[in-house]
Amino acid sequence: MTAWEPPDRPRSRLAYCCPEKMAEDREPPPLADAVQTDFREVEEGEDLFVSTVSTAEQLSPTSPEPASFPAEDISTNSNGPKQEILLDDDQEDLFAEATEEVSLDSPEREPILSDGPSPAITPVTPTVIITPRVDALFDRSLDEDEEAEENGDTFDMQITVSDPEKVGDGMNAYMAYKVTTKTSLSLFSRNEFSVKRRFSDFLGLHSKLASKYMHIGYIVPPAPEKSIVGMTKVKVGKEDLSSAEFVEKRRSALERYLMRTVNHPALVKDPDVIQFLENTELPRAVSTQALSGAGILRMVNKAADAVNKMTIKMNESDAWFEEKQQQFENLDIQLRKLHASVESLVCHRKELSVNTASFAKSAAMLGNSEDHTALSRALSQLAEVEEKIDQLHHEQAYADFYLFSELLGDYVRLITAVKGVFDQRMKTWSKWQDAQVMLQRKREAEAKLQYANKPDKLQQAKDEIKEWEAKVQQGERDFEQISKNIRREVERFEKQRVKDFKVVIIKYLESLVHTQQQLIKYWEAFLPEAKAIA
Amino acid sequence: MGSNEDSAQSVNGSSIKITDVTQDGDTLTFAITSQKSSSSAGVCVFRTYEDFEWLQQGLFSQEDVPGLQGVIFPPLPSKPLPSTSLSQAKALKQLGFLALGDEWMIYCKALELYLQQVAAHTTLSKSKALYSFLNSSESPGKQCGKKGILNRLSQAMEEMRKEGHKDVDEFFQSERDSSTNLSALFKLSTEKFLDVVLNKQRLALACGHFSTSLHLCVNQDNPTAVAFSKICLKLSDIIEAVKINYEKVSDNDISTLGLGLDLESRYQEAKREMLFRRTCKLVELETANRNSERAKPNKKAIMEGVQKATQKEFDIISSVAKQEIEHYHRDRVSLLRDFLICWCEKQLSTARESSALLSQHLDACKKFAV
Repeated sequence: MTAWEPPDRPRSRLAYCCPEKMAEDREPPPLADAVQTDFREVEEGEDLFVSTVSTAEQLSPTSPEPASFPAEDISTNSNGPKQEILLDDDQEDLFAEATEEVSLDSPEREPILSDGPSPAITPVTPTVIITPRVDALFDRSLDEDEEAEENGDTFDMQITVSDPEKVGDGMNAYMAYKVTTKTSLSLFSRNEFSVKRRFSDFLGLHSKLASKYMHIGYIVPPAPEKSIVGMTKVKVGKEDLSSAEFVEKRRSALERYLMRTVNHPALVKDPDVIQFLENTELPRAVSTQALSGAGILRMVNKAADAVNKMTIKMNESDAWFEEKQQQFENLDIQLRKLHASVESLVCHRKELSVNTASFAKSAAMLGNSEDHTALSRALSQLAEVEEKIDQLHHEQAYADFYLFSELLGDYVRLITAVKGVFDQRMKTWSKWQDAQVMLQRKREAEAKLQYANKPDKLQQAKDEIKEWEAKVQQGERDFEQISKNIRREVERFEKQRVKDFKVVIIKYLESLVHTQQQLIKYWEAFLPEAKAIA
Repeated sequence: MGSNEDSAQSVNGSSIKITDVTQDGDTLTFAITSQKSSSSAGVCVFRTYEDFEWLQQGLFSQEDVPGLQGVIFPPLPSKPLPSTSLSQAKALKQLGFLALGDEWMIYCKALELYLQQVAAHTTLSKSKALYSFLNSSESPGKQCGKKGILNRLSQAMEEMRKEGHKDVDEFFQSERDSSTNLSALFKLSTEKFLDVVLNKQRLALACGHFSTSLHLCVNQDNPTAVAFSKICLKLSDIIEAVKINYEKVSDNDISTLGLGLDLESRYQEAKREMLFRRTCKLVELETANRNSERAKPNKKAIMEGVQKATQKEFDIISSVAKQEIEHYHRDRVSLLRDFLICWCEKQLSTARESSALLSQHLDACKKFAV
């Protein structure tokens, strides 16, 4: 069997095996997209990368199967399809609908590993020993990421979503959006490029990212909400203000979603993200009915609730997590309150716009009926001024809305993602604990068999013990890893939150100042008209 | 009543000021100061709304004033309803803009304008009632007023059809038509403007809530939380500034254009009432003419007498009315002009203040180290 190769991709020849590339070059080797497997595999997949560190050898699978399942568990003795065991896991079912193709290789790990996705390499050394080294490497590369991010010299990327275009007719119609990327990052083959995407493509991207990263503790930005009412209006061709508003709202939300996603140092390198931004054609995301951003999160949180209901009383050894969870609860409440306040503000502003327009009309009628010439002129001018002010109110309402309401809404949804990640950690902990319990049982069973004089069964018991020992170790590693990831993610999230709010406040202030200055102009123009009344 | 006494009595209209208002239960008492045109000595009296009504009645019922019915009487604002939360809506309906503003300030302004207009009127300023009102230490309203020939017009059903009665004079016919039209339009504009102002007040309130919510987002758990709190507080200040701006803007609206539109609306009504009185007189005249023609010989002389008297009354009323209308046009234009200029200047000044303050905030935010 030849070395497993990823499907046709221009870069597939590159960057496959230069040890020098390790840790310095953050460009990920191309990854396998067309791999059909359950997301669960990724956890096992950590092992495989662990082992490749020690080899400079290119991929030569030891068994046929791994060729098609690169992230097959290659821990020491197993040959069989590990996924069977995993499928028994109840929580798996929640993602049964996720028929998305999932790329297994986390690009985050690429820097560590010189070689590309080399799935089925026989581990030369026991995984336990390797781990600390990997972790150290992992750490280092990520710290570099962060530093670079702070210096701001590596992140240079601007995404705009524009030109919404209706494609098709009737209920099968959809909106196509142009996604333009401008970047100097070497991740991409060009500096500026654009593609056409539809809403379900965005949802598909999110579901892939969520299934890849959430369970290792990355906060994946949620995709915008589906809206049946809004979309139906657009489909049936209702060309009115509210459907135009809806499309604009969605366009803006999609843009923010993409910018948030690429702002994440790990996600921007994800092949699905790159493919989304670059590829002209994208395989149609299926089953997106159930996979809106919120849908995924709901599933994840349902899992979390299920877990909680199984009364996982986690012995929290780390007070940080407990505190953080509480803080996020509080923040959630605060943000929702703020969001409600802003919505009310927006509502009143829209009302004001309507009332001002109404007054302007009546003033205009007055101006027409008034006999005294100068007074009539002044009243007509008054009407015009009020009309312009109405326009200003309208624009200001938009500013209030787009800037604050949307920002707050985004963060409320983001916090749901954060909570999801915390719950994933609990799940991971629980899995680890379960493995420990299982190990204990196996040990007990073996002890009993010691006296039973059944050599083959004894051997089997010993084998099983080894298996579960590995699982326990893996569980512990996973737990530590997710804990570490979450800490880092939360820190990044908090910094980003401050940045985001600051940016929005400045934009808002600018719009307020602009409004006032416009008002000044209008009043200055009106004053001589008023004075001219003789 | 020599001219000396006249000038001794005549009040300097522009000196009339309502300096204070106190509320005792349901009653408002206004402190009114004024000066005579001949001296600088001021007089201060305390009056209630009933006293104002007494004054208005007194003006209506002046005798020996020819063509009194042709006078456009300065409109007295409606009775003030001391507002409890229940009657706020009722007060708005009854008084419109005059119900707004702090501590009855706008209402007092309207009353003040009323007195000034009465004092500025060539005929009305000479009324004894006005003198008494402004100078007598006793509250004149307690006395039973004489029922005048001119009661405040209520459009009783049978009177309504007289409204449309065709005029004999082109000038008056066109005045009546434009009056009807403009009156309705001004009333509508005033209502719409009131809606706008109330809306702005609601917006100010919403800003206040938002600002308070932001203020509560303080969290000192870690450096990032502290930074975020700072941002929230900053935004809270900004929204507070927006709120104050809206409050100022709506106060400006109320005290200038709002008051002006309200006054104009009520003055339009007063003019319509005068024209209606004249129209009624016209109807009376035409009836007298008919009676005179049809009169039997024994009654003829009487009827003719009535007819001649009525004709005379009508002519005087018409000539007074014409003058009044001319004054009215001139006065209202200058009044509206003043209010419009004042409105514009105040809004301009508020906008400049607001712009400066927000620009300051913007500069501070840009430098804001996170």
